[in-house]
Amino acid sequence: MKRTVFPNRWLPYLLVLPQVAVTIVFFFWPAANSLYLSAFKSPPFGGAGIFVGLQNFVALLTDPEYYESVVNSFVFSGGVTAVSVVAGLVVATLANQKIRGLGIYRTMLLWPYGIAPAVAGIIFLFIFHPAYGILPYFLSFVTAYEFNWLLKGWVAMALVIGATAWTHVGYNIAFFLAGLQAIPTSVMEAASVDGASPVRRFTAIIVPLISPVTFYLVVVNMVSSFFGSFGVIHAVTHGGPGGATEIMVYKLWKDGFIGLNLGSSAAQSVLLMGLVIGMTMLQFRFAEKKVTY
Amino acid sequence: MPVFMSRSLVRVVLACALAVLALPPAAQARTEIHFWHAMTGALGEALETQAKQFNDSQGEYEIKPLRKGSYPETLTAAIAAYRQKNPPHIVQVFEVGTQTMMLSGAVYPVHELMQQNEIKIDWNDFIKPVVGYYTKDGKLYSMPYNSSTPILYYNKDAFKKAGLDPEKPPKTWSEVEAYSKKILAAGAAKCGFSTSWPSWTMVENMHATHDQPFATKNNGFGGVEGVELLINREFGQKHVAALAAWQKENIYSYGGRGGAADPKFMSGDCAILIQSSAVISGFTKAVKHEWGTAELPHWGAPYKKATSIIGGATLWVLKGKPQAEYRGVARFLEFLAKPENQMWWHVNTGYLAISNTAVRNLEQGYHFVKNPKQYTAFAQLTGLPPTPPAAMKDKKAAPVKAERVATPNSSGLRLGNFVQIRDVIESELENVFAGKKPAKQGLDDAVAKSNALLKEFAATNK
Repeated sequence: MKRTVFPNRWLPYLLVLPQVAVTIVFFFWPAANSLYLSAFKSPPFGGAGIFVGLQNFVALLTDPEYYESVVNSFVFSGGVTAVSVVAGLVVATLANQKIRGLGIYRTMLLWPYGIAPAVAGIIFLFIFHPAYGILPYFLSFVTAYEFNWLLKGWVAMALVIGATAWTHVGYNIAFFLAGLQAIPTSVMEAASVDGASPVRRFTAIIVPLISPVTFYLVVVNMVSSFFGSFGVIHAVTHGGPGGATEIMVYKLWKDGFIGLNLGSSAAQSVLLMGLVIGMTMLQFRFAEKKVTY
Repeated sequence: MPVFMSRSLVRVVLACALAVLALPPAAQARTEIHFWHAMTGALGEALETQAKQFNDSQGEYEIKPLRKGSYPETLTAAIAAYRQKNPPHIVQVFEVGTQTMMLSGAVYPVHELMQQNEIKIDWNDFIKPVVGYYTKDGKLYSMPYNSSTPILYYNKDAFKKAGLDPEKPPKTWSEVEAYSKKILAAGAAKCGFSTSWPSWTMVENMHATHDQPFATKNNGFGGVEGVELLINREFGQKHVAALAAWQKENIYSYGGRGGAADPKFMSGDCAILIQSSAVISGFTKAVKHEWGTAELPHWGAPYKKATSIIGGATLWVLKGKPQAEYRGVARFLEFLAKPENQMWWHVNTGYLAISNTAVRNLEQGYHFVKNPKQYTAFAQLTGLPPTPPAAMKDKKAAPVKAERVATPNSSGLRLGNFVQIRDVIESELENVFAGKKPAKQGLDDAVAKSNALLKEFAATNK
């Protein structure tokens, strides 16, 4: 690697200053604040909080409902990541072929990524709502089973996973397309000449060669569905039915802003932050070994 | 086009100049009173009209209404503003936030505000179940604004199709069950009945109208410390178990939280809906089939027939503004309390008129005879018979015997963390209706979780 040498001792620090400042203001400072708040029981309207030490954490870690939200978070983000990465790869492979009107397709495939999660949620709500949705209406001709996600937890979970994965998939397609186009055509042609079937070419050549992209997308999708999937859930299920789609970030928001329990909410955000940092580290530690750059 | 543009520009400039000239100097110095609210659609328009009426009625103060989102979002916004020392003068808070507001130390109680500004309002003229919900130690804390109570809506067309008398809505739960079966058998609807705001209509108000306690310490009115829910007792179990059983047969069809079940009734899927009386005006515009209203169904003996409790919101005055500006707030609240404005609000929104004078005036104008649907909630809340007094002698209503009693159990709820408690109750109801838990276990779990929340509230608000 080429080493850059700055003539001035202070210039490099000056150049990274904006980044560091942004990180401090938007990450470290609020994170430190959360940590501080998590040790108090604060009256919602301000005024002196009562110092309770680790009590907020103890209350959470002994609450079965909190573990439910942790499990829900893993099911949710695992589901979103699996669906959106696999679908992204499949669609990107299809869109990497030479077909007429490719530019139009590729552009259109990116559209869902531009849709705000809350809007995506509302779209799914209108399609799937048991009372006025169009899909349950058609399904009622095919099967007697009621996909009533107002009461059935797994249907609700599948719905929010589907809606969130849909918003993620465009982003994944863009990265996979870039990855696929970086694969030299000579490699693919050589495999064809050797008589490898399209499926074999896909599993033996494409998958390993784009593994850095896949790894990146898995990490990013995981993290963003842990943190950023509030909109869909808020618009569709509100965490229901019976808490079945209440993921950690939703519970955190609900306890803090609806329940006005700021201490517990701060404690939850600290735990969530720790969990996501730990998970990302594990991914880098173990999964990255299987990645060939 | 350019000619037109320049012409219209000239007009605009002229108009502006004229407007500036025409403005009386006093108008420029009007004190702004900020009013944060959560009313949408037709209700939001009515609120803005009312603010405008006040602004036009005097020259000193100007009410500036601002919608801040849903009820919880409005409350959160007001709290954040208060913490940053820049609160609105008035904030609209839903009834479940009452205890939080009373103990916040951030409010300027309405009785104090009125007293200090020497404005006299006869609170005795106001309907008890409404004022009582927001009164502590005989003193009113917030200004009742939009109050409603749950009632039963039924589809007259579906009743006719099922061979039922469309003028005889069900009065008891066994009638609801029997009628629903008939309706289902006749194919007049896909489900018998549904409910909006499940905790409010099916738990809170069912306990109230059957004279059953919802929580210890007089439903929380008797203090913060040691309050516990009582909804897992015999009555609560009986009612929730019945709903769960009906859910299996489509007699009942759970429709979600908030107003999410409304479309089931509006589309004709469910023949009956239990929902706030405040949707009457919305349904009048949007529902295509013939429909009527009735009081909440009752389980009959051995339970007493008691009045229902209210929902909706009140206006809270926040501390932290210059003292002089509060005079404008007081004047606005005085304006809202006037019978004519009460009547205007009721007629234009469907929320209850809450002063006896306003109600009497409405009766004398035969408003309820012409709009019997709007009488249902009023009768249920006060205990009067459900049909409006048709004949009036010498502009006085004929004396009638009350059908419902007002009891301590039916005068309201005052719980801390009530927003979350409702959420807990509705979560557990969903578990019961989905068949994940029997009614008793669901209610036991709801009580255990709610009691923990109540304890937490008591610890933070000592």
